[in-house]
Amino acid sequence: MRPVTNVIICGTGGQGILLASEVMCAAALSAGNDVKKSEVHGMAQRGGSVSSHVRFGEKIYSPLVEEGCADLILAMEKMEGLRWAPYLSPVGKLVACDLRIFPMTVNTGLAEYPDVDALMIEHGLPVQLVPAVEIAEELGNMRVVNVVLIGAVSPHLPMEVEHWHRAIRERVPAKHHEVNLEAFRRGRELFG
Amino acid sequence: MRKKLNTVEEGVLLLSGNEAVARGAWEYGVHFAAAYPGTPSTEILETIGEEYEEIDAQWAPNEKVGLEVIAGASFAGARVLSAMKHVGLNVAADPLFTLSYIGSTGGIVIVSADDPGMHSSQNEQDNRLMGRAAKVVVLEPSDSQEAKDMVGEGLRISEEFDTPVLLRMTTRVCHSKSLVRVGPRNEVPVKGYVADIQKRVPIPAHARVMHSKVEKRLLAVSEWGAGSDLNRIEEGDPSIGVITSGISYQYVKEVYPEASVLKIGISNPLPWKLVEKFLGMVDRVVFVEENEPFLEEAVRSRFLIESDGKDIIPIEGELDPETVRKALRPGTEKKLTWSEIPLPGRPPSLCPGCPHRGAFYCLSRIRGSSTGDIGCYTLGLMPPYNALETTVCMGASIGVLSGIEKAVGREGMGRLVAAIGESTFVHSGITGLIDMVYNGNTGTVMIMDNSLTAMTGGQHNPTTGRNLRGEETPVLDLEGLVRACGVEHVKVVDPHDLKEMEKTLKEEIGRDELSVIITRRPCIMSYRPGKPAVAVVDTEKCISCRQCMKLGCPAISWEDDRPVISKLLCWPDCDLCVQVCPVDAISKDMGGRE
Repeated sequence: MRPVTNVIICGTGGQGILLASEVMCAAALSAGNDVKKSEVHGMAQRGGSVSSHVRFGEKIYSPLVEEGCADLILAMEKMEGLRWAPYLSPVGKLVACDLRIFPMTVNTGLAEYPDVDALMIEHGLPVQLVPAVEIAEELGNMRVVNVVLIGAVSPHLPMEVEHWHRAIRERVPAKHHEVNLEAFRRGRELFG
Repeated sequence: MRKKLNTVEEGVLLLSGNEAVARGAWEYGVHFAAAYPGTPSTEILETIGEEYEEIDAQWAPNEKVGLEVIAGASFAGARVLSAMKHVGLNVAADPLFTLSYIGSTGGIVIVSADDPGMHSSQNEQDNRLMGRAAKVVVLEPSDSQEAKDMVGEGLRISEEFDTPVLLRMTTRVCHSKSLVRVGPRNEVPVKGYVADIQKRVPIPAHARVMHSKVEKRLLAVSEWGAGSDLNRIEEGDPSIGVITSGISYQYVKEVYPEASVLKIGISNPLPWKLVEKFLGMVDRVVFVEENEPFLEEAVRSRFLIESDGKDIIPIEGELDPETVRKALRPGTEKKLTWSEIPLPGRPPSLCPGCPHRGAFYCLSRIRGSSTGDIGCYTLGLMPPYNALETTVCMGASIGVLSGIEKAVGREGMGRLVAAIGESTFVHSGITGLIDMVYNGNTGTVMIMDNSLTAMTGGQHNPTTGRNLRGEETPVLDLEGLVRACGVEHVKVVDPHDLKEMEKTLKEEIGRDELSVIITRRPCIMSYRPGKPAVAVVDTEKCISCRQCMKLGCPAISWEDDRPVISKLLCWPDCDLCVQVCPVDAISKDMGGRE
């Protein structure tokens, strides 16, 4: 029986979490899995915390990942990765974009943005930080940050490279295929 | 270009619950659909509009009208569907309760998308109770495949038992994606309109007969439901029998696959014979359901059994696998390697470039505030604006402002205005304004016209000049409408012209007569911005006065005692920070745009 893989993708509204989770689901599907995913829409999106749960394997019931069971957390913003830490399994990985986006609570002086790197060390989190914004800048397209990150987490997941390529071609308009496939490659080679 | 889904006639698709409902409507021959947007239901009509042109689909100005137009189409023998969020069903309750008596000619499926956990809602009402009160059939899918199938079953039940069917979804079913086996569209002919006054005019003499039919219908559906695939017993360990429905079923299967389960698909009327059979099969009964003890109370009041339910499953909030595990199998909870780390919250905020920002900044500056309404602008309550103090329901900002004036007079009301979006005003604010005129109120109503139903993701409405399919329609003349209600003082202002905005607020609030301010500027989601432009801070000139921070713009953060403007977030067509800087330290090349 194929084991279940549990992934949480988190970040803030407008970061392309939806596309990232769509690509991941498409890759899992083309590798022959049952797939479920769940996310929050509406008011929750206007710059607020956003998350998507992705689960795949032989047979999936719950669309939500259970606390302490995530094999992988992909954080598009560093602090959001910390927020989901309780969901990480004892052998899970946290891959985070090395990017800070200040919430309104920080901008209005109600809170301070914490030293995320220090907290990650203090709590011993199994984290890999990805310079995805810099890579996207080098590629000349800021909209591929999420695909760089998908590339970076891909070695942690059981799908083959061709499944990912097919998923990107399916989910991204044809004129952007090349830059997205390159973004994926650049992400994947970081830890692959 | 991607192929539209109405060209896909077989296969397996990964669909959200909402997309699956749209698919079901198409496959099972729905002719006509109408809705007012509301999270988590919005994508049902959006998907029909985008993918399935065989269905005539439209946005209604509110849920009541949406239900009335599909009722009319059903009377004429068409298969119909309406969708709304849970509180939308309150607005549509008036037609619902009588449509229950009238029944259907063409099948009627009404989707209620409830929001346990209140991801995007003001309350947590459980509309299975509404379905029971209205005496209609209630179906509860637990994933996308069931959502699609239940549209078909719902239409069949509706026509066979002459009843509207309430398809009760929840956020987690609406917005989760799972695999759906799809098929082709089955065309069903429209039966045609035939007058039938005994059936459709519920004067008391007719309504008494109708009510009698309703009671018989409920008994008949309960009987039939005991043999329907929608309700089923999954035999397992007889020491525990879980009675569950909707998404809760998935959590039960996840954490306790060995348990015996009675999965309820038809929550009203319950399949009593099947329930009785299940109770005889198991030693201990546990009800696992979100929010209200709907199944629990019904079953326990009929069979007087000992059982567990709301004593171990929370009544508040959304369920999840860990909560269900803790209740069903205490002691098997996962040990967490990392506990929760205290972090600043990340609440939603108005987008960079949002037109409402100018209005709330000015309202806050003159120490004014507002009675609020349902829309993105509810965020006016947040710091740094702190300029919104009440929210009840769609349209209530106006009635609440009137009532405050009635209680404490013009003086006691201070600088309060009613803040309401144009879509919400059309939905149910107009009657409130007529009431103000009729009953001699003197307050100020601020209609925040961004020409889009924005909070639900950006839908057209009667003020935008486009319909659900993006075709041109007449534009509702808001100024003319407001004047026709009897309002003499009507001002239209661009909320990003801060001087004019502030002046207008002061003048109209200061006036001893009723007035309406229409703040008009398009939502940033409704147009493509001009060429990229980013506001730039001259750190030499900056005096660290923090005036720009009072805009509450997500693109501006404060680092090393100076504002930093994000080039990722700065909206090209907005210069509010340039306007508020007292020392001209912020500049932006707007290329001649306003």
